[in-house]
Formats: sequence, structure tokens, C-alpha cells
Amino acid sequence: MSQSLFMPLAEAVRHFVHDGDSVALEGFTHLIPFAAGHEIIRQEKRHLTLIRMTPDIIYDQMIGMGCADKLVFSWGGNPGVGSIHRFRDAYEHSWPRPLAIEEYSHAAMAAMYQAGASRLPFATLRGFIGNDLPQYNHNIRQVECPFSGERLAAVPALNPDVTILHAQRADRHGNVWIKGIVGAQKEAALAAKRVIVTVEEQVDELEAPLNAVILPHWTLAAVCVVPRGAHPSYAHGHYSRDNAFCIAWDAISRERDSFLAWMDRHVMQVRDFAETLQLITAAQRTELA
Amino acid sequence: MNITWTADEMMTVAAARRLGNGIACFVGIGLPSAAANLARLTHAPEVVLIYESGTLGTRPDVLPLSIGDDELAEKADSIVSMPEIFRYYLQAGRIDVGFLGAAQVDRYGNLNSTFIGGDYEHPATRLPGAGGAPEIAASAGEVLIVLKQGKRSFVEQLDFMSSAGYFSGGDSREKSGATGRGPSAVITDLGILTPDPVSRELTLTSLHPGISVEQVIAATGWPLQVAAQLDTTPPPTAHELSVLRDLHARTRAAHSQSKLA
Repeated sequence: MSQSLFMPLAEAVRHFVHDGDSVALEGFTHLIPFAAGHEIIRQEKRHLTLIRMTPDIIYDQMIGMGCADKLVFSWGGNPGVGSIHRFRDAYEHSWPRPLAIEEYSHAAMAAMYQAGASRLPFATLRGFIGNDLPQYNHNIRQVECPFSGERLAAVPALNPDVTILHAQRADRHGNVWIKGIVGAQKEAALAAKRVIVTVEEQVDELEAPLNAVILPHWTLAAVCVVPRGAHPSYAHGHYSRDNAFCIAWDAISRERDSFLAWMDRHVMQVRDFAETLQLITAAQRTELA
Repeated sequence: MNITWTADEMMTVAAARRLGNGIACFVGIGLPSAAANLARLTHAPEVVLIYESGTLGTRPDVLPLSIGDDELAEKADSIVSMPEIFRYYLQAGRIDVGFLGAAQVDRYGNLNSTFIGGDYEHPATRLPGAGGAPEIAASAGEVLIVLKQGKRSFVEQLDFMSSAGYFSGGDSREKSGATGRGPSAVITDLGILTPDPVSRELTLTSLHPGISVEQVIAATGWPLQVAAQLDTTPPPTAHELSVLRDLHARTRAAHSQSKLA
């Protein structure tokens, strides 16, 4: 039974991601599921509501390729580098299509995933004090504590149709072990209706220590083995963040033409992520030579 | 010995000196991260640096490019989830100092990191957004702000309020429900501004060496209050400068290497 969890990434995306879905690709800088994002772009999924605390390069690519109608987020940029230009072009100039936004803070989104995983309707936090967002995002409301009378921020639960994660390792049953900076991945997974996880490797036994962050196989829809599937993000214990690529993305994505040319060559015209990585590696070797 | 330094270095050194040894500091990326690590590598070896990626007590050898670099994870005492860092640590009042940057600050230390110009739906320049800052500004015991001073960043009126300082001054922060005390200093490349104890208006209380009051006033978008007793910030020491320059050199070397090739 559990063996059916393992499938090629293209098949998982075809089966479990539909046009119009709300989709959360999570991973706080670490373990960002780039390979899965590329597969969604390649399969030309449309009208997605993209959810992510920190939309960075992968959402820049998905937005620029026209996958998204809406973005739910709390910080959108290329960390340490600057803006994500395709996001800004979509939001400010509706290219390639208009993009609606629903903006929160990190504290709020973490709580919204927790509420979603708990199947509660909303989350409370001592949040947005003095912040102007509630004027524009009417899902940020107030609730009165029934015990103390304190006014607290209330935000709706997040329950994505699909959450997609990348992780280091799955065992033969499909149990997944996430190591290192874990962000809100566990909450985002357990909040979702369906979960796809790409992993660096499949092993017989996880041999994880007690209290490790494990996603049980019976909470997942698909597990796909995709080595280096988080590049240019990183997988702790496997490879480091490719900061040089993240810096290079700024110039690639600044103009529509250079962005489309890069995406066509590295995503649309390849069969899978392994080919994308080969192209990037070859380009970086040439640059170093 | 004749020591020279840049305005950026003076700002980072002055900001680092405000961090006490042993305190728990929630660190923003960029200038705050450089200053917090300089403090750790000089006078405050026991400072507990916490990044919003959930790394507690981290001691990076190079400055992270992103808030979640593997360097931060490798060198951390422990790593906790995002709900845990924001709810059990920050909201619970376990953070002594929040260390923030921003695009704009006003005279009461309120911050904007959301957009510049136009309006929210049609911004002239959309910025990444506030991320963790709104709750750091509200819930950290105190807040240090580090920001280059100029008329475009020190503004009469914020385009958007992302994170609370002292609201409209006086006791308006106390009435807001924010549990932290608010900004204790804004450290710039020209000097140090601290809030007036009663009005809470940012007041120039220290000038960096070689900077004139007129320069600071000219770089401020509101009529700047200047303290009657104006200090001069002690210049960077040779030790502070060498530690900071080594840190930046290590960082540049680390980030220029591709990890795939």
C-alpha cells in the first residue's frame, strides 16, 4: 500500500495539483522545493493561489510564468539580494497576468498554518499592533479574549489544497524526516488536504533520533526522489545554499525577455530537474574557467 | 596610529556597542546582522543571537546572505520551528532586544518596510514587506534600529506603517497593547538618535566624529530635535575595525563561490 506513495515528480504534480488550487510550497530559505515548482511551471498549471511565508526565487519563476492568480505571503524578496522582479511586475503592471495579494506577518502566517493543522477556524496572536495591513487585508481582524477581555489579532486558518515540501530522506514506507531549519513545514503539511514531498534519497530505515521532525507516511499523498531538488536553496547535510545563483537571479529576472529566455532553456525545454541542474552547473563552470 | 573608517563602519560599530553581553537578541538580516555579530566577536561574547528562521544562540563565522543560511543552523545551540520562535519566544517576552532595519523611519521611530510612493494597491516601489518585524517591534523588550540617514529614509510621514515605534508619541505606545518598551535608539551613519523620555520624539544625542549637527539636520525630513548636551560617539577602535573587516572579507569570499560547480 505505502509503496504507491513513491512516484515520479511529474506524475505526482499531474495527479495532485489542479488548476485553481491553493498551493503552498514551504521551506524557510532551507529545503525550498524548486524541482516541484519547475514541474508545476512545465505542466502549465494555471490560476493557482500560491501560499508561502517568504516567496522568493521559486515563486518569482511561477508568477512570471503565469501560474498564479493570487499570492498569500508575509515577506516577498530575494533574501540578501533585493526585490523579486517578476512578482513586482505582476503586482505593479499585471504582467503576465494580474496578481492579487493577501499579506500578513511571519508570526501571523505561522499561526495560520498551526490553526489549519489543528483544523481550527482561526488563530489568535498579539499581532499587527500599529501595522497598517488590516486596512487592506480584511482577513486580519480582532477578537476579544473571553477570559481577560484583551483584544487580540485574529487571522483565518490556512488549509492549502496541496502543500509541497522538500526533505532529506524518506524510508521505504514513505515516512519523511526533515532536518535543520524546519520553518513551518510540519504545520503547512498537516494543514493541507494533500501533501507531496520530494526527498534527496530513499533509505530502508530512517534511523532518526527520538523527537526528530517526521511526517508519517499516512499523512502524505506522494513521495518523489529528486536529488538536489531544493537547489539553489539547500538541504542540510547534503549541499549548501547556492548564494552565487541567488545573486545571479537578480540580473536574469530583471527584464521580461531575459527571464523568459532563461525559463525556456532551463525549465520548459528540459525533461526533468536533473537536466536543469546540468545546465546550471555547466554555465557556472564556464564562468569559473 | 592614524585610523580611518567609513561611515558604514562607524554605524555598524556604534550599533554593535548598544548590545549588552548575555542578552537575547532577535536579529534582522543586513546591517543588524553585521552589528550583532560584531558585538558577539568583540565585547559581548555571550550575546544570544536569534534569527527568525528559528536558530537560537547562533555563532556564524560569516554573515548570512539569507536569514536561514546553513551557516546559522550549523552554529546554533538549537533550531526551533517558526510557530515556536514567534509564539513561545518573541510573543512570550523572552527576547530582550529586537534589532531592525527599515526603508523609512519617522520622528517617533515607527517603521516602513512595505512600499514607497503611490498607495498600497499601486505602489511606486513595492518592498519585500515586514516579515517578522511588526511583532518584533511590538513584543521585544526594546528595539534598536539601524538605518542610513537621509531625507528619503527619515521622513515626516511614512508611506505605510509596518512596525510600531512610539505611534504619535507621548503615552500612545503604552495604550496600544504592545508589550515591549519600543525603540531605545536609532543608530545611523551620522549619529545616534534616542527618544525623548516624555514626548518620545527621536532626538539627536550623539554625533559621530567629524559630522556636524547641520549635516544631520539636512539629512532628516522633519525638524530634528537636538539634545542640549550632545555627545561625540567614540571613534571605532583598531580592534573593532579589524574584526568587522575580517568578518566582511570572510563573508564576501564565502558568498562568491557557487555551490554546484
